[in-house]
Amino acid sequence: MAAIVARLTGDVSRRTMIWLAALFVALVIAPWLVSDYLVTVLILILYLAYTGQAWNIMMGFAGQLSLGHAIYVGLGAYIAAVLFTRYGVGPWFGFLAAMPVAAACGAVIGFLAFRFGVTGIYFAILTIAFAEFARIGFDHLDIVNAAAGLFLPVAQYAHNDPWRLRGSPTMFYYVILAATLAAFILCRALITSRIGYFWLAIREDEEAARAAGIDTFRYKMYAVTISAAVTSFAGVFYAFFYNNLFPEQVFNISQSIQMILGPLIGGVGTLFGPILGAFVLTSLAESLNSALTAFGLDLPGAEQVFYGACLLFVIAALPEGIWPRLARALGIAERVP
Amino acid sequence: MPFDVYLNVAVGGVLTGLVYGLMALGLSVIFGVVRVVNFAHGEMMSIAMYLAVVLFSAFHLDPLIMLVPIAAVLFVFGYALQSGLINPFVTRPEHSQFLLLVALAIIIVNTLLIVFGPDARTVQTAYAFDSFQFGSLIVDAAKVYAGAAAIAFAALLFAFFRFTLIGTAIRACADNYTGALVVGLNVNRLYALTFGIGAACVGAAGVMMTLIVDVTPMIGPTYTLLAFVIVITGGLGSMPGALLGGILIGLTEALAGLLFTPSAKSMFAFGILVLVLLFRPQGILGKRPA
Repeated sequence: MAAIVARLTGDVSRRTMIWLAALFVALVIAPWLVSDYLVTVLILILYLAYTGQAWNIMMGFAGQLSLGHAIYVGLGAYIAAVLFTRYGVGPWFGFLAAMPVAAACGAVIGFLAFRFGVTGIYFAILTIAFAEFARIGFDHLDIVNAAAGLFLPVAQYAHNDPWRLRGSPTMFYYVILAATLAAFILCRALITSRIGYFWLAIREDEEAARAAGIDTFRYKMYAVTISAAVTSFAGVFYAFFYNNLFPEQVFNISQSIQMILGPLIGGVGTLFGPILGAFVLTSLAESLNSALTAFGLDLPGAEQVFYGACLLFVIAALPEGIWPRLARALGIAERVP
Repeated sequence: MPFDVYLNVAVGGVLTGLVYGLMALGLSVIFGVVRVVNFAHGEMMSIAMYLAVVLFSAFHLDPLIMLVPIAAVLFVFGYALQSGLINPFVTRPEHSQFLLLVALAIIIVNTLLIVFGPDARTVQTAYAFDSFQFGSLIVDAAKVYAGAAAIAFAALLFAFFRFTLIGTAIRACADNYTGALVVGLNVNRLYALTFGIGAACVGAAGVMMTLIVDVTPMIGPTYTLLAFVIVITGGLGSMPGALLGGILIGLTEALAGLLFTPSAKSMFAFGILVLVLLFRPQGILGKRPA
């Protein structure tokens, strides 16, 4: 245990640790300081930080662009929700069931793609195709109520039951905060391990990595399965937080896109980028929404146009994301591998 | 079900498939030359569809008459897009070009949503319910016109690339970028031209699609994916492959809609994509990369 902690914190400067500790404390006490509305915004931010972190394992570390991560969210959500509503199985056991399914799904997609040399944008298109396939499939699957949607019995806020994930937004806030922290630590552990260095080698130059003796197929498979397994928890959380599931929403490509905006804006391949990106993007989008409401405008596509504009701006002006710059300015440069 | 029914549906599917093929041809041309994946392809098509719908409802201009003008508008749009926005990205990594166009796609879809609202729009031409009858075969007139126009447009394109000087210059850019620069071709202008041509293809396809389907802002992403499925199925960089892939997917969708349920038809297109990637990753008419 001590050895693991030593490895995780080994080359982290004191200054960085202080910043991290301060941020963590701020996040822990936040629900007491802000309104209920802001707690739900924070939940959304952490949710996106979590999914962004999971996606980052594939794209940021191993260099495999997935644009269909909604499929893993959807599988996690539907499996946990069906087990809960039909068999009374709690969400944590539901997650234990959903995780291997999502990982297996990732493995199938990865196998098809990597075995047959489908790379780059073709790989991205294959991931979209699978997510769309699942969306239409679930839309016709009667066991999950097809397009009519699956509903969980709405939570009673009388007392919090973290075991069954029924309770107040504050409880959900702490659950997703813990999950985000766990994902952060997992990513740090991965990227400082042998597997992480192999991923970076593959990301930078796959030919060279293979020439150096790395079994690129195997390590790309690890990336896609781990990323899928981590993402599936976001689905479980989604199901129990929103209490309703529609294939049209959960598996939608816009879900996949929203998931990748955080890391792209924050900084692909960094540990802190997905978290920062989720904060920046969601706060801006929420401000825009409030402003539109204040002016009495009801424009259903406005938020998405805004996301598109953000993406356009970041891709054109800040290709490496906000975090690497900000980190240098704060003097805590995360060694971007 | 009698054989006639299958035949009727199959012919309808092939005709729709020709329009799909023209759409995919635009994508294939852009990728083959500029090496940029136009992820906003279906969205560009929906712009053309809305142009056709608006012109029809405001001035009663028949989509078939507006085919060339709208294709020209899309040409200008594509040309401006490439020279203004995309050109600096030509040398950037693949995923960053891809995401640039994803961003553009999101903006187009939702701007259309804001302007036109979520409801489906349609073009009610005088010949919407006409049909041609050959023996027991009954085909919608609109689909015949659309398919014929798609063939004509594709033929023009083949001739352009084959027989004109500019077409040859564009093919030179695709074959050898450095070589094209060395012999003094203005590659940036040719790229913009190519993107414009690809946009014109998808614009023409969009106008014809208004005869076949209703338009909503949300169809953009669906057709982008469909165009990719077709291009990968037919063989990347192969122009006849794009048309063939279009016909194949059109046929599959039509038969799947008949045998199963119409809303599940695109699952079969994705099924074909997976099969092609598994057994013939270079596509039906594509060449294996050296």
